[in-house]
Amino acid sequence: MFETVIGLEVHVQLNTKTKLFCSCPTSFDARPNAHTCPTCLALPGALPVLNQEVLHKAIMFGTAIDATINRTSFFDRKSYFYPDSPSAFQITQLYTPVVEHGKLEITFEDGATKTIRINRAHIEADAGKNLHDGAISKVDLNRAGTPLLEIVSEPDMRSATEVTLYLKKLHSIVRYLDISDANMQEGSFRVDVNVSIRPKGDTQLYTRVEIKNINSFRFIEKAIEMEVGRQIEAWEDGVYAREIVQETRLFDQAKQETRSMRGKEEAADYRYFPEPDLLPAYIDDAMFAKYSQIPELPDQKRNRFVSEYGMSLYNADVITSMLETAHYFEAMMREGISAKNAVSWLTVELQGRLKGGMTPAQSPIDALTLATLIKRIEDNTISGKAAKEVLDYLLEHHTLDIDGTIEKLGLKQNSDTGAIEAIIDVILAANPDKIAEYKAGKEKMFGFFVGQTLKASQGSANPQMVNDLLKAKLS
Amino acid sequence: MMTLKEALNATPAQLEALKAEIRAGVAAQKALNAYIDVENVGAGVPILIKDNIQVKDWSITSGSAILKGYIAPYNATVIDKMLGANLSPFGRANMDEFAMGSSTESSCYGPTLNPRNPDYVPGGSSGGSAAAVAAGLAVAALGSDTGGSIRQPAAFCGVVGMKPTYGRVSRYGLGAYASSLDQIGPITQNVEDAAILYDILAGHDPMDSTSANIDYTPIAPRLDATRKLTIAILPDYIKDASDDIKAAYHTATQALKAAGHTLVEAKLMDAKYYISAYYVTATAEAATNLARYDTIRYGNQRSANSLQELFIEGRSQGFGEEVKRRIMLGNFVLSSGYYDAYYVKAQKVRHKIQEEYLDIFKHVDLILSPVAPTTAFKFGAKETPLEMYLSDMYTISINLAGLPAIALPIENATSNGMPVGLQLIAKPYDEQTLFDGAFSLETQLKH
Ligand SMILES: [Zn+2]
Repeated sequence: MFETVIGLEVHVQLNTKTKLFCSCPTSFDARPNAHTCPTCLALPGALPVLNQEVLHKAIMFGTAIDATINRTSFFDRKSYFYPDSPSAFQITQLYTPVVEHGKLEITFEDGATKTIRINRAHIEADAGKNLHDGAISKVDLNRAGTPLLEIVSEPDMRSATEVTLYLKKLHSIVRYLDISDANMQEGSFRVDVNVSIRPKGDTQLYTRVEIKNINSFRFIEKAIEMEVGRQIEAWEDGVYAREIVQETRLFDQAKQETRSMRGKEEAADYRYFPEPDLLPAYIDDAMFAKYSQIPELPDQKRNRFVSEYGMSLYNADVITSMLETAHYFEAMMREGISAKNAVSWLTVELQGRLKGGMTPAQSPIDALTLATLIKRIEDNTISGKAAKEVLDYLLEHHTLDIDGTIEKLGLKQNSDTGAIEAIIDVILAANPDKIAEYKAGKEKMFGFFVGQTLKASQGSANPQMVNDLLKAKLS
Repeated sequence: MMTLKEALNATPAQLEALKAEIRAGVAAQKALNAYIDVENVGAGVPILIKDNIQVKDWSITSGSAILKGYIAPYNATVIDKMLGANLSPFGRANMDEFAMGSSTESSCYGPTLNPRNPDYVPGGSSGGSAAAVAAGLAVAALGSDTGGSIRQPAAFCGVVGMKPTYGRVSRYGLGAYASSLDQIGPITQNVEDAAILYDILAGHDPMDSTSANIDYTPIAPRLDATRKLTIAILPDYIKDASDDIKAAYHTATQALKAAGHTLVEAKLMDAKYYISAYYVTATAEAATNLARYDTIRYGNQRSANSLQELFIEGRSQGFGEEVKRRIMLGNFVLSSGYYDAYYVKAQKVRHKIQEEYLDIFKHVDLILSPVAPTTAFKFGAKETPLEMYLSDMYTISINLAGLPAIALPIENATSNGMPVGLQLIAKPYDEQTLFDGAFSLETQLKH
């Protein structure tokens, strides 16, 4: 039996207004090389100046993961030649990073928890992009010099599930802190996975293989599964030492396999040394005090939802794992509806109707509309069943007009006691035999009367009232 | 040639005439090869610019073939400051390729000659700047000093050259050789001009993180030759210097005494130890600073079968021998397994050097030191790179310690008639005392 050992390196692109070492904007939809200057082009004589906003965001992140925040951290040069790196070195923090020794708690579906240690989070500059177009390669340096926070975990994860939980939690934290857009598809949340295996019970770490180029949570699980399979197979075939080497592999989404990045076999020597063009990054007391005041984190919000709204841990987790969903829920609650209804209409009814991974916040139904729909149930205007029809209609017809839709579909509920009693009386009068059966103990006949009454009201009778009135008349 | 002080009081018409005179002189003395070209920005006093300081729209090459055709798209901070003080960037000065050299022989434009005697090198790397000022072809010039590249050519050519405290003058726009050592400074006809030009260049620049964010008080208006200072002399330290240098050292010592200064003896570690610390530090920084010249953006693009081949071919052909030697040395000392033995150790030595100087400065205002162990040498005299490196022994420790220093001419050598310059060294940011002492020595020597 084997155990999987996984550590992650996550590159989070910080959403600062300007780049790490120059005042170029960080937006990405510009014409190639429009957002460049002598510094991020590494022209002769240009020098880097640290964007202090990056330090602010690093302090926030360090606080969120309960880490040591180094008041003085240092920058280093990491040398390598590649056309997307105009200086042929990356400015990073090898020897003394800004954040060290943090931790993050993951929660399993059954409520069990596990702590994943975070070795460090350091500041570094992103590279540009090479665009290959047939025989020609082009370089776009708009992204060059964009600030990254590289978050390096300890090899504490033992399964793809743990990896996913860790990544979702990490993603959620950076979104809660609003330090990054953390969009995997756009590359502002990039994950490198370090995977090794070992016989269960063994405490030694074996050869670790790095997998790059994975841009969705789904593919990460798949990539790990494939790579672990490859390593176990090699072990069982007795060729582990020969076939499993410390290397970087790319996940091929089409072929569903990892493959070696050829040409990088020679061990890279990055020739790190302290960056002489920058002073140490210094965090003074005022900066530390200001940015270590961070907003409510996902776990805190989840626990508060459990105690404040009496919802299950699972539901609270579902709602708080994405900041936008949590905000959506909180906006619904401000409309004075019941938490129970809000949870089920948000997580089951609305979410269940959304396709392609769309979140409630991205859906056409805003929080006020959904809350209004729930209000119409709570004030007996419509039944829950009718509300589902309304929601379907809203989504299908791209409208937010709840009352108009109720009107249009004729879903308004009849809550007039006299009118309902009149219908019940007709039904009872027509079915004396069924009454006898019911009174003889055949309790399921009750459902028959409810059904008949609702049918006779063409579905408009308030079901709760039908129930209550029937009970009274049959007792 | 009129002095900078005089030129700053000249009329526009006089300045135009001056520029015409310089152009004619440069054309007449083509063989000297101090100027790469004669371009001009603005109507101010013409100042010659070393070819590694960015002037917008000028071709700036750092004396390297790999940068031929590159046009600087922005001004160095010092250029903007000059333009704001009615000084005109006027001509590019020849230099050793990427400021790596002590003789201006490694320029892709060919060597600059020493105006005193064309058989001799002008020193380097700011050889074009010093030679032009010495030859009467420039009012003043900008140089850059990483290990003596302002002071040594000034001494070899018989002019004044000053290296500011590290952080006093912005490096923004200076094509980097070794970032933690480089400083831009003035090369002038006399000490007062050096103070005037230095005042214009100095001051905090937010574009340079290593620029000192401290108040700056102009020096030239307060220049005082009558201050009585305590000056350290180094009897042991000069033992490796030639007789010409020792003689000039004696002359300077006598002059300083005569001017009323107090001289005390001090000791520094053997200057040869500086060489290793300097060449490890400088080449490590240079190897990375020059990595950007990958021939994709600079130099002649050539076709290649792979990226790696493109980098190797382009860099092998684009860089000169000395530059390639230093890039390889720098990469070697940074490589995995050698980093601690070389780079880290060099930083410890560097720290020791700083401490040693600061200890001496607890008791003295200035230190009098040779600039080089000999006068200017003849072309081809240094047979090995190491011999050339040893000629930097008296200048590099000042860069390693980040101190300000000024080289000024003392006398002509009896052996070959070449100028002998010596340098005064001050504590960090005490340029006022440095210039006062140099002004006093210069004044005394004229008597
Ligand atoms: Zn930029």
